[in-house]
Amino acid sequence: MKLTCMKAHELHELIKKKEIKIEDIAGAYIDRIEEADKVINAFITFKPEEIVKNAKRIDRYISEGGEIRHFTGIPIAVKDNICIKDVRTTCASKILSDYYSIYDATVIKKLNEHNFLFLGKANMDEFAMGSSNENSAFGPVRNPWNTERVSGGSSGGPAASVASFEAACSLGSDTGGSIRQPASLCGVIGFKPTYGRVSRYGLASFAASLDQIGPFTRDMTDCINLYNAISGHDEFDSTSIDMKNKKDYGFKAVENLKGMKAGVPKELMIRDIDSEVKASILNTIKILERNGASVEETTLPSLEYALSAYHIIAPSEASSNLAKFDGIRYGLRDKDAQGLREMYRKTRSAGFGPEVKRSIMIGTYFLSSGHYDAYYEKAQKVRTLIINDFKKAFSKYDILVGPSSPTTAFRFGERMDDPLSMYLSDICTIPVNLAGIPAISIPCGLSDEQLPIGFQIMADALREDNIFKAACVLEGEINWKITPKI
Amino acid sequence: MKNLDDKDGPDQPDKRFETIIGLETHVELSTQTKMFCGCRLSFGEKPNSNTCPVCLGHPGSLPVVNKKAVEYAMKIALALNCRINKRTIFHRKNYFYPDMSKNYQISQHDLPIGIGGYVEINMGSHTRRIGITRVHMEEDAGKLVHSGATGRISGADYSIGDFNRAGTPLIEIVTEPEIKSPLEAKQYMITLRNILLYLGVSDCNMEEGSLRCDANVSVRLKDSDRLGTRTEIKNLNSFKFIQKALEYEASRHISLINSGKKVIKQTRHYDDKTQSTKVLRSKEEAHDYRYFPDPDLVPIDIDDCWIKKIKDSIPELPNQKEKRYKDKFGLSDYDSSLLSGDFEISDYFEKTLETYNANPKGICNWLMGDFSAFLNKDQISIKESRIKPEHLARLVRLIDEGKISSNTAKSVFKEMYAKGSDPDDIIKEKGLEQISDKGELEAIVEEAVKNNPDAVSQYKAGKVKAIGFIVGQVMQKTKGKANPALVNEIIIKKIS
Repeated sequence: MKLTCMKAHELHELIKKKEIKIEDIAGAYIDRIEEADKVINAFITFKPEEIVKNAKRIDRYISEGGEIRHFTGIPIAVKDNICIKDVRTTCASKILSDYYSIYDATVIKKLNEHNFLFLGKANMDEFAMGSSNENSAFGPVRNPWNTERVSGGSSGGPAASVASFEAACSLGSDTGGSIRQPASLCGVIGFKPTYGRVSRYGLASFAASLDQIGPFTRDMTDCINLYNAISGHDEFDSTSIDMKNKKDYGFKAVENLKGMKAGVPKELMIRDIDSEVKASILNTIKILERNGASVEETTLPSLEYALSAYHIIAPSEASSNLAKFDGIRYGLRDKDAQGLREMYRKTRSAGFGPEVKRSIMIGTYFLSSGHYDAYYEKAQKVRTLIINDFKKAFSKYDILVGPSSPTTAFRFGERMDDPLSMYLSDICTIPVNLAGIPAISIPCGLSDEQLPIGFQIMADALREDNIFKAACVLEGEINWKITPKI
Repeated sequence: MKNLDDKDGPDQPDKRFETIIGLETHVELSTQTKMFCGCRLSFGEKPNSNTCPVCLGHPGSLPVVNKKAVEYAMKIALALNCRINKRTIFHRKNYFYPDMSKNYQISQHDLPIGIGGYVEINMGSHTRRIGITRVHMEEDAGKLVHSGATGRISGADYSIGDFNRAGTPLIEIVTEPEIKSPLEAKQYMITLRNILLYLGVSDCNMEEGSLRCDANVSVRLKDSDRLGTRTEIKNLNSFKFIQKALEYEASRHISLINSGKKVIKQTRHYDDKTQSTKVLRSKEEAHDYRYFPDPDLVPIDIDDCWIKKIKDSIPELPNQKEKRYKDKFGLSDYDSSLLSGDFEISDYFEKTLETYNANPKGICNWLMGDFSAFLNKDQISIKESRIKPEHLARLVRLIDEGKISSNTAKSVFKEMYAKGSDPDDIIKEKGLEQISDKGELEAIVEEAVKNNPDAVSQYKAGKVKAIGFIVGQVMQKTKGKANPALVNEIIIKKIS
């Protein structure tokens, strides 16, 4: 088997047996990226000589008897809004196009403890705002299944890099579905953990109360391993959950799902769902039932308002988070501007793309004193209703299931001029972020046009185990082996 | 030292008006590290040496609350008789300014840590209670140095930023608008500073900006119950300026009103050189800070147990100290109030008592008398003086034990003040020790009696005062070192 087609845990076995050198893995991936990324454009920063240098260092480390952990020498791509010291962190924005991070994000520190092989910074929608990866200052990311189609957003780069075998796995961030939606469109596994389980320290904020870092992988074993590697309490993030004595999710594969109760929220199944997607989801639900789970339709009435609440909270927080990009301390600066105000204005006008500007303007409006009560505060109240709806549902069900995206990958430009239709791309994923619960998207089928369909499994906060259990059983049953053309 | 001799300050230009003042005081806490990161707090270091991704506002960095700063804030709120909010949260206050690394300031908005307290200030003839609206936590911004003559950002060719101060924990203490005169405002600040020093939460160095205040001033006709249009004077950093600026501003308001003009809502700046206020911002901009709860920080829940722990850690405060000085040491109201009214002096007083506690009144007299006079003359604080508390204690003890006379003590004190030396060494070196040796004195007395028969006969004739002349002779002979009481006793025994 080609090295680039292997799962991370398969590579790990070879590395452990010393049957392969990290330098060889690096070489295989560099070749693959150089070949595929001409079309896919999954990487913003890719430095082959650095990768080789690091691979040699890891080889030395191994030869000197260094501990080989799950991700030692495993080639991983990192979304370009996660900071790595002395590496360019652009957030796919012109305003940060020459910004180099001065420190490592906590997730990177954790992966460095494994001596992982960093492949490069993955492309994304600017500041993680978008659902198609068309909003990158570094060009769009193409879908490996059909390069006329979008890869999804905002983590289009991390998703496509794993789907096209340009990375064994990758890290993305999910604010309203930015991991699950592109995972669904690219036919890989994308997991959004419980809010607070993975430190946000070092993740450039989009909407701090919704953002969460998570893994993209090609199978469940890698997903669970990578999640275990990056999760845990972090004293540098005060929203990080401190679970005393909580160790890794030592995952035991189960043979069936007897006793597991699943709910299908009708709010995620009716409107705007593509018929092919719907059929595939219903089929996957049947597989759940065949494997012993009891499944029934349920209702979470407040989900109807999730999209509206999200599109108030997220831009409000973004308008504040992005104020720091002003040309004063780092990043782009308009050097010809006269005076402070003009410098702010010209720098930000030139530095931010249209979607980011839209968010900042809308968010500033929502937070302004005349509108705060009518929008931001009300949206927070809706958020509480959504949380309560989920709580109620999880008192009855172990998991909730549905589609990850209402459609398969759409064509470039199709929704660019219509923000409202674009915003509907995240309709299935947004409620999860508002509630802070974990959710996964796993591939569950292909459309007639050979485009992947994603199945979403949600669980109560900190009940990642339920998600993993169901996803692992489905993975075995669906037998996902089809690979994209590119 | 506060000056209780001032009555009601200079006359207001027009007695028909009254002044209403509200103060917002900023206190930089003296925690070891910053409010939201682990950077060290220190003044006057190389620019940008104490900074990190958090206080520089780099992408991805997150704030984490300094627990010590929260405890200091609670301490202040409790000492100012505030209620503690059981759940306190941080908001973001959004605005653009080049020295604000995140372009928002983390501050407290609708759930500050302390609300509804008061401070009692001593106005000499009476005590006034000034209401405290709120005590809240926030972070300081960095500093900009602007090129060009004006030193202001407008018109500068370039500006250089120093972010060492960025993220310094700040406490804002807001009074009710019920301070009635510039003198009261000054007295409030003196009292507040003293309390903060007692609490040990800030060095309250006004020159370095660790204690500074903004004042809101308005005037109104005395029978009116509506507040007049107010102006805000920013960044007052000395007691003198607070009073002067407010006096100027109130009279400016009154002359405007009297000449039929209107007071315009403005932010102003006090210029010490011209002793007047100038407009800082011509038109009051409608600031919209777009406050919202900071999603990077979780609410802080404060239980009774924590409040109690902090309450128990509050040391004796000035008013309690004043009472103790009266009750325990029998000091006068005046002495007790002056001693407790200055943290440094009362601290010095207590340290003196640690080595010698038999005569607090005696020590107090030195502190209020010669010592204060010397310090005033040199314009230095007691902390800067060279006299160690234990040396002052020793001096008083030497007097009490009759080892030196009060006259000698004055010259010894002068020497101590100049050189910081031990009084025992000075006395030994200069041979100033009082002669209390009976045998030695008897011989000298004998001679004096012999040489002054007139005085002896006058005494025998009933003129008791005549004995003073003989004492004087003995003193002259001993260069003032003879123990006067003993000399008296020996003379009477000899001539009776």
